[in-house]
Amino acid sequence: MTDLIALTAAQAADGVGADFSADELFDAYRRRAAADELNAFLWVAEDAAASDGPLNGVPLAVKDLFCTEGVPSQSGSKILEDYRPPYTATVVDKLAAAGAPLLGKTNQDEFAMGSSNENSAFGPVLNPWDRTRVPGGSSGGSAAAVAAGLAPWALGTDTGGSIRQPAALCGIVGLKPTYGTVSRYGMIAFASSLDQAGPLTRDVTDCALLYRHMTGADPRDSTSLAHPEEPRAPSAERLDGIRLGVPEELSGEGIEEGVLASFRAALDRAVELGATVETCRLPHAPHALSAYYVLAPAEASANLARYDGVRYGLRATSDDLLSMYTETRHDGFGAEVKRRILIGTYALSSGYYDAYYGRAQQVRTKIAEDFRAAFADFDFVVTPTSPSVAFALGANTHDPLAMYLNDYCTVPMSLAGIPAISIPSGLSEGLPVGFQLAGPAFSEYRLMDAAYALERALGFDGSAARA
Amino acid sequence: MIDREQVLHVARLARLRLSDEEVETMAGELSSILGHIERISELDLDGVQPTTHVVEVENALREDEPRPSLPRDVILEQAPATQDGGFLVPSPQA
Repeated sequence: MTDLIALTAAQAADGVGADFSADELFDAYRRRAAADELNAFLWVAEDAAASDGPLNGVPLAVKDLFCTEGVPSQSGSKILEDYRPPYTATVVDKLAAAGAPLLGKTNQDEFAMGSSNENSAFGPVLNPWDRTRVPGGSSGGSAAAVAAGLAPWALGTDTGGSIRQPAALCGIVGLKPTYGTVSRYGMIAFASSLDQAGPLTRDVTDCALLYRHMTGADPRDSTSLAHPEEPRAPSAERLDGIRLGVPEELSGEGIEEGVLASFRAALDRAVELGATVETCRLPHAPHALSAYYVLAPAEASANLARYDGVRYGLRATSDDLLSMYTETRHDGFGAEVKRRILIGTYALSSGYYDAYYGRAQQVRTKIAEDFRAAFADFDFVVTPTSPSVAFALGANTHDPLAMYLNDYCTVPMSLAGIPAISIPSGLSEGLPVGFQLAGPAFSEYRLMDAAYALERALGFDGSAARA
Repeated sequence: MIDREQVLHVARLARLRLSDEEVETMAGELSSILGHIERISELDLDGVQPTTHVVEVENALREDEPRPSLPRDVILEQAPATQDGGFLVPSPQA
């Protein structure tokens, strides 16, 4: 009898029909997801939707904020509690058609705002490596589910690091694709110019397999576009001739010693594989977080205006229309969402728009230019994914600014719209450390090739989290 | 830097009621966050074009052809209150 949970998603897809059936595979994961002790799942499917595609029925966990017809899609918020949309997100439809049926919906920070999953209206997710610690966020449920072997693979979304940071803290692989390569139709919006769906997987091979079935221009998302490159499975064994740039702004100050040690050891492996490693500059990267915390809340304050108690979701009882709006939003939104709505509204308000929103958009231009300059000399820019390993539940909840600093190394790539992948580089004090590689727009397949070679050399073993 | 009155003003713009306690906490937290954000005022950004969208896309046009939309009863199913095939809300004048 095959140990189904020990297989990667790609191995499971190969084994279906030969060594076991798709039903057996789905049931094995359904049982584990239903017995979830990490609060990773908010809803688990009873049955697999019929599917015959190249993914052979390997079930998929999906972040709560993707709309799934008739199935709770709440974006981790009380204001959407038990909301069951009348349609399904394009990317979920595409993956179902490719043969990856919906296994369940995963917990997340409310409206994807957070770096620890503690902002969920449905309680925090626990990190499978140490249940007293956070899994990261906002795609914390998806990351924990994959790391713990409750799902073969999962969909997340990344606005400023929400795929890469939880992937790092849970010891798995997470890809934030080039903005636009995956349709945003049916994703409950946070910050529309930054939001992007991507895979959370056990290894780079699974990541490439899932991603190739996610991409494509969608008439229902006018910002989506076709990926210009032919999909391919990663296969590089060496990194000969690959030039890696280490931005000095994102690889020193503020980063834990254990994380830096793991990062440097991974760079040594890269050199052994034939890569060259040199310091590079991203002079505006230290300002990325400031720009991000203007732009993302500004867009969020507009996107979240739709939650008014009229058409769906929570409604507070009230005698007049205006107080119905204000009470519904008071009752339905959590503290972090309120905070960001206020920051965004402030930054867009009369008299402050130029000083905040306008300047932040100019900083965004400078950051994109920094990356373009770096990619003239380097194939990829590499950094630690997160400044720390998984922290204790409650450790940062009383200081919003300290929580925001978790995104220090991931936000610059989001602002530039470029792809970045996090792979586990090792353990520090028994907890996973993430290694981030970023490349120019549309370089996903080259990026995953390099990540694959490095992954093989690093030989990270995540099986302890699935025990 | 951000006082109670400013918090209340912004909350009113955002159609968000805050409890007294929330107003107090938010004033402190927003001040510290905006303090961090304001570091971008140190940068020389004269003549720099703002970025609103990172990937170059031409205007996305399509034929203006009617297509079926979701049925009315399906949409109304999720509404907190309905009447005569529409969304029911409290009176704006109450």
